[in-house]
Amino acid sequence: MAEVTLTDISKAFGETQALSNVNLTVRDGEFVVLLGPTGSGKTTTLRLIAGLEKPDAGRVSIAGRDVVSEAPASRDVAFVFQQYSLYPHLTVYENLAFPLRSPARRLPETEIDARVREVAKMVRIDHKLENRSTKLSGGEMQRVAIGRALVRKPAIYLMDEPLSSLDAKLRGELRLELKRIQNEIGSTLLYVTHDQVEAMTMADRIGILAGGRLVQIGTPREIYSNPANLHVAARLGQPHINLIPEGLLPGGSAPTGTKTIGARTEHLEIVRSGQGNAEIDWIEHLGDQNHLHIKVGQHKLVTLADPYLAIGRGDRIDLKLRNPLYFDAGGQRLT
Amino acid sequence: MSNATSAHSVVEPSATTKRIAGIIVVLYAIVTMVPLAWIFMTSFKSPPDSISYPPKLVFTPTLEGYCNLFTTRTRQTPEYIQSLGPPQSTCDEITRSRNMVIAGPSNYWPRFTNSMVIAFGSTFLAVFLGTLAAYGFSRFRVPLADDLLFFILSTRMMPPIAVAIPIYLMYRELGLSDTALGMILLYTAVNVSLAVWLLKGFIDEIPREYEEAAMIDGYTRLQAFRKVVLPQATTGIAATAIFCLIFAWNEYAFAVLLTSGSAQTAPPFIPTIIGEGGMDWPAVAAGTTIFLVPILVFTILLRKQLLRGITFGAVRK
Repeated sequence: MAEVTLTDISKAFGETQALSNVNLTVRDGEFVVLLGPTGSGKTTTLRLIAGLEKPDAGRVSIAGRDVVSEAPASRDVAFVFQQYSLYPHLTVYENLAFPLRSPARRLPETEIDARVREVAKMVRIDHKLENRSTKLSGGEMQRVAIGRALVRKPAIYLMDEPLSSLDAKLRGELRLELKRIQNEIGSTLLYVTHDQVEAMTMADRIGILAGGRLVQIGTPREIYSNPANLHVAARLGQPHINLIPEGLLPGGSAPTGTKTIGARTEHLEIVRSGQGNAEIDWIEHLGDQNHLHIKVGQHKLVTLADPYLAIGRGDRIDLKLRNPLYFDAGGQRLT
Repeated sequence: MSNATSAHSVVEPSATTKRIAGIIVVLYAIVTMVPLAWIFMTSFKSPPDSISYPPKLVFTPTLEGYCNLFTTRTRQTPEYIQSLGPPQSTCDEITRSRNMVIAGPSNYWPRFTNSMVIAFGSTFLAVFLGTLAAYGFSRFRVPLADDLLFFILSTRMMPPIAVAIPIYLMYRELGLSDTALGMILLYTAVNVSLAVWLLKGFIDEIPREYEEAAMIDGYTRLQAFRKVVLPQATTGIAATAIFCLIFAWNEYAFAVLLTSGSAQTAPPFIPTIIGEGGMDWPAVAAGTTIFLVPILVFTILLRKQLLRGITFGAVRK
């Protein structure tokens, strides 16, 4: 395990600037999640660290040594791909043993066997070791793919949306499992996703990427409650943060220069009132909670409500802000 | 899929359609099989039976064609033949019954061996070079890749025989005329374009992630190619090999023009088998029958891959 540092990394593919001036440090033993939409440069970041791409500018260092000119094989990283993760012509066992049998390592077979069986148990696939890798379910395949990374003890594990092709239930299970395994072996891990739940639940720190730039990096708590700008604020929170013009709702104290107010559920106070400034437009019943769709003049807001809150469509309410987030005309956060 | 679902399936052809398709296939198979059956039967006929009209469907089979194919014979007086000891083999006996004795082996076997060496040699080279080139085109940013690929394909656009005379002159200058090496190079040149195009299609379908994963796992690109790409490209490689082999094995025009002696292949040799007083048809048929065997064996061995090769990508996995 080791610290991995990106310094002033830029990378373009033809006309497209995939990454510009990215600085990122993944500390030894840390679980960092890069969160961003498609095309924000998440995967490119991983590929640069792995050596599958060369940066146009900047330094990649692993455990203090500059690796930009090194081949992927000598960088000592492990990679879990989003899909096509297993070699289809090999069995599960052979897939897991593949990295250990590489010419770069050449471990004795007894040691390989021990490692493979240990990891297979860890990712709970030990009952299917002799199966062809193509005969597995999606979840099993991804577990083997993660296992193939874990058989090694690399400087860093790089994971590119390893759970995105799975169904929700499995994703939830593997999310926990991955976090458990990472805790167990104390590995350094850089994980890429566009799923905010994965980011919030697994990360020690979250890095928000947008348009090839690292906009903000911090603990999940910081990113959630202290976003640097509108973009970061919009990445997290379910339902989506409400962006409303300054002055639309009472409450709070907007600093000068405020253009937009970001209001999440916890920033909105609802009081039933005949004369209220807002009206309930629609209610989505999710069972454990309700999504209230609220109309304030021309603006529509969505917030969460307790399912026991006695409120119905068309009811008038008083809507008030409570410590919301303030943004200036450029989308930067004001405090 | 069970019968119950296929009966109602929209995509599955109906039973009638299948039956009609089956009949068409059988009819086509019969039409294409008749010449082969004819050759096979002729190879077991005696020379008079082979040219009798109307053709005989029922005849006494004899190995005379095969004996004549592999031997050269000289006519002798009955007294001389009687003075010899008992016949050494079946062929000896058949030959003597025609008032002849075996003088020595014919050239068929050396020609057949030439065919084997040249066809398999050029197939190996074409597939080997084709695989590497296809991999390069598939994975790297080759400058002018599209133009190069078109250029490679364009070598197939004219009939090979159109360049026969320049090649003939060139080969004479280079001393490659009538050499196995010359024929191997020539067939490789013709086949390599087919190989590159076929294999590029197959390799394009193998996701790069496999190699990238292998390279991160501690393998060099070449090792990743060997351990990960090659095993997955076997289908394509086998199909390509069959197509190349069939071409090189059957090629006639260049073989006639460029080989006459030591490097002559079987196709130009077989028609030159002449018996006493005209063509020895049973021997020609026997030569053809044996000539078919290697390609038949090779195709049967690789028929699964060949089918996938023909249907290309459509039914993979």
